[in-house]
Amino acid sequence: MALTLIDGNEAIAWGALAAGCRFFAGYPITPATTIYNAMLRLLPPSGGVCLQGEDEIASIGFCLGASMAGFKVMTATSGPGISLYSEQISFAIGSEIPIVIVDVQRLGPSTGSATKGADGDIQFLRWGNSGGLPVIVLAPVDARDCFELTMAAFNLAEAYRCPVFLASNKELSMTRETLDWAALVRPRVLDRRPPATTGPDRPYLPFEPEGDSLVPPFLPIGAGRPVRQTSSTHGADGFITTDPKRIAANQERLRRKLESAVAEFSYYSELPAVAADTLVISYGVSARAARAAVLQEQRAGRAVALLVLKTLWPVPEQLIRERARGCRRVLVVEMNLGQYVREIQRLLPDREITLIGRMDGELIRPAQIREGIAHD
Amino acid sequence: MTSLLNPNRPPAFCPGCAHERVVATLDRALTELGLTATEVVLVSDIGCSGLFDTFFQTHALHGLHGRALTYATGLKLARPELTVIVTMGDGGLGIGGAHVLSTCRRNIDLTLLVLNNFNYGMTGGQCSATTPREAQVESGFLNRLEAPLDICRVAAAAGAGFAARVSGYDPLLSERMQQAIRHDGFALVDIWGICPGRYGKRNPISPGSINAAMDRLPDLTDTLAANARDEYGRAYREEAAKLVAPAPPALIEARFPPPQGGRREILLLGSAGQRIITAGEILCLAAATAGLHATQKNDYPITVMRGHSVSEVVCSDRPIDYTGIERPNLVVALAQEGVARKAGIFRELGPDTVILKARDVSLPDTSGTILELDFKALGIRSQDRALAALGELADRRLVLTRDMLGAALQLRFSGRLLDAALKQLEAGGNSPAVVG
Repeated sequence: MALTLIDGNEAIAWGALAAGCRFFAGYPITPATTIYNAMLRLLPPSGGVCLQGEDEIASIGFCLGASMAGFKVMTATSGPGISLYSEQISFAIGSEIPIVIVDVQRLGPSTGSATKGADGDIQFLRWGNSGGLPVIVLAPVDARDCFELTMAAFNLAEAYRCPVFLASNKELSMTRETLDWAALVRPRVLDRRPPATTGPDRPYLPFEPEGDSLVPPFLPIGAGRPVRQTSSTHGADGFITTDPKRIAANQERLRRKLESAVAEFSYYSELPAVAADTLVISYGVSARAARAAVLQEQRAGRAVALLVLKTLWPVPEQLIRERARGCRRVLVVEMNLGQYVREIQRLLPDREITLIGRMDGELIRPAQIREGIAHD
Repeated sequence: MTSLLNPNRPPAFCPGCAHERVVATLDRALTELGLTATEVVLVSDIGCSGLFDTFFQTHALHGLHGRALTYATGLKLARPELTVIVTMGDGGLGIGGAHVLSTCRRNIDLTLLVLNNFNYGMTGGQCSATTPREAQVESGFLNRLEAPLDICRVAAAAGAGFAARVSGYDPLLSERMQQAIRHDGFALVDIWGICPGRYGKRNPISPGSINAAMDRLPDLTDTLAANARDEYGRAYREEAAKLVAPAPPALIEARFPPPQGGRREILLLGSAGQRIITAGEILCLAAATAGLHATQKNDYPITVMRGHSVSEVVCSDRPIDYTGIERPNLVVALAQEGVARKAGIFRELGPDTVILKARDVSLPDTSGTILELDFKALGIRSQDRALAALGELADRRLVLTRDMLGAALQLRFSGRLLDAALKQLEAGGNSPAVVG
């Protein structure tokens, strides 16, 4: 086994390259800046483009333009930048523009602490768009995930024509760790699907899915047929519509194309336990402390199981319900004052649900989780 | 010449709106240049100028208010062969001001047509960045307090090589547009026109008054000429072609037996400039040369050159879950700032924790086993303390060995830096730490 020493942000950059990313734009912000630094080293020499925008709004705007030209694109920022991205994110959702958005979370609110970690943007990523339509959010746990889930994020953005978030954290992105490079699992790289039916006699309808699919095929701006893109409420042809039926059908399709497919991309890891009485659910860097705590508890003979969610949105409801089956109580461990725990409460109203949270820039400690498990 | 207008969607502006003339003129300019529908992309902003793309059958991207130039920039860099035309009102100009300035500075080959009618027509006639102070608009007295913007002068100051004011009623409008599109770089055309539905209702404005007002503005020919330079996209590709793709992260083979098994936690406490983070990295690399897993979590303020610098390193023969340090096996205390940052931890330490401290650093009460190095007496500079401390640890086979450390330095440094590091290690090795 040959190891490499790499931090999460470098792993994200290499994952992006492996997934076929050809365009990156960002605005410097700790703790996301080193993704931009790495992309600037990686992309231009390989025929790609890396830009520094005049602000976050420009950076994601460059990416949306390049994505509409057919490039795989990524941007990276932290909470303050996600706030500025918000309107462009809504555009990407409603107009089905593939993009990978890395949020290297830092302690908020607002400017907060540039060099302190948190998972304080988890509901913000889901609901920080006008219209409230769903998004995909993946949450890495370590450098390996930073690579592999970045590749997955690109594939999902291509397959579903949508923005995909990678919810990292200063504590992953700026933490170096050894990584078995050869053991990285590289999924088959997917590309957005062109229309099956081509020909000059048939105009391209940019928002009309084909067959059973809920995802419209994609032609880039610059293709041999004119391509329309619009941020306005549109029909299949990309022109404004005011027809309530067509509007409703499109909104419903945008919702269903992700929510009905989440079982296809419900990434997770777990520590099962026979006849588990207690289930610990965690994600992100806190899942590492949770794993350490649950392993210790299991060695001590306690029937505790662990579920680490790596797909946070849409909520992998089926997975969570299955893993919670038979458990009397659920502990949710997250680096905030209680965000994802709301989803667990919604899904499992008949269980005893306890939050183990923290939002002071420090990691949740395994001891804190063990206390929570013991406090029954 | 085939018109690029969309036959199914004729322009739908207010009667007498200058925009309609501009649509027709733009079509004439594009066709006279011999451009076809799939060679052109119209990127439109929000407001009445944001309707432009729907009247053409070219590629189209209608995005957010003020951000049209951002999409156009991404499109043009991805597909340099496209002719990219941006339409934007004086509203978009104001809200997207940063993008206008930056696009001028970049000099990317886009054409920006500013549909300047001195107010926000679509939202009811509020003042914009170009509303004259004496105008009557829906913003009450507010426009009387603000100076209107001459966007061409701003563009020239920001580095644009082409910026032209032209009346929407000028017979030379098509010619100006063609010059702008042919210009090899960013080109801005400030097209003045009448908004009959809003602005024109309350303000005396005519093609004649537009010409008169334009004539009063300064000529920019010399400034624009001095801004001539390489087009951004081409210059970018030329620069990129000189670069060499970096190699993937180096693979570190396990070559040495580790001095200890299990999980070892090492806390490096110092100050900015002491190369604490580099020392932590070297420690991780050294661990990898013994086949160990390692993590390094750092803490420092956003200011460089000042304040604490703390590195928490965990080495283990098993994959590492929690990256924090609960109870370190080893503490290296090289500056007071770092010690102060982690002052709370010292009380918890027992004799099984080794603390390697600099003589000029004082520690809180602790039961840890203290070793002391007098860096000043040894003539070791502040920035070399961390590496010297690693040498001391290696000599004592605490967490790493001399072999591991030497291999880690080979991985981390090369050339003169490597020679210096190795030499410094030799020097430090002759002066072991004493029990403090």
